[in-house]
Amino acid sequence: MSILHTVNKSPFEKMSLDSCIDHVKGESAVLLYEDGVYAALKGTGAAEKLASVMETTKVYMLGPDVKARGLAADKLLEGVEVVDYAGFVDLAAEYDKVLAWV
Amino acid sequence: MSEDIKKFMYVNRRAPYGTIYAWEALEVVLIGAAFDQDVSLAFLDDGVFQLMKGEDTGDVEMKNFSPTYSALGDYDVTKLYVEKESLEERGLTVEDLMPLKYEDEDDDWAEKDSIRLVSRKEMAELMDEQDVLFSF
Repeated sequence: MSILHTVNKSPFEKMSLDSCIDHVKGESAVLLYEDGVYAALKGTGAAEKLASVMETTKVYMLGPDVKARGLAADKLLEGVEVVDYAGFVDLAAEYDKVLAWV
Repeated sequence: MSEDIKKFMYVNRRAPYGTIYAWEALEVVLIGAAFDQDVSLAFLDDGVFQLMKGEDTGDVEMKNFSPTYSALGDYDVTKLYVEKESLEERGLTVEDLMPLKYEDEDDDWAEKDSIRLVSRKEMAELMDEQDVLFSF
């Protein structure tokens, strides 16, 4: 069954993203929101890990949280799809389960 | 009396918006500014994210408190120490931060940078020379 994994903690402060990535399977997806969006900052270890996950798994991030934190598009890893709140709801409905790595 | 002036440092280690720490630190700094102490702010670890330019919280319906940092100079809070290694570890440079300024009353109100980039080692020394440290 497919899982939508959500990560809302900074990868520089907590291990949530690492734990999440270690448990993701191909048919699932990862959604970054709140402080989780910092993981998409280019040139960081977190972004490197995300990039390798993205070879098999879809990664999303919540646009309003990216914008609130002043993260410009050119600072962010390419290929992470931006969704809005309605998109978040659609994803939650689309996957069989949601696992929040709070 | 100058011997009563203490060195206060507010240590900011959290990203804005995800938790209330950054906002609370600003509140305490603004209150503390009324007491005429030698105040500085330290930004390290995720705290450096507090100073990012271009923050726009309209879509998350939270207060964008980033403009408050540019008002700190008016409260004689003019020393914002930012740790270089913390920026680098997050793929950032000082160019990604707000260009915060203050007017130096001892230098004919010349406009100067409030942000002072320091190394981790220098930050440790700055912490060492404080009388009081506040953690956020």
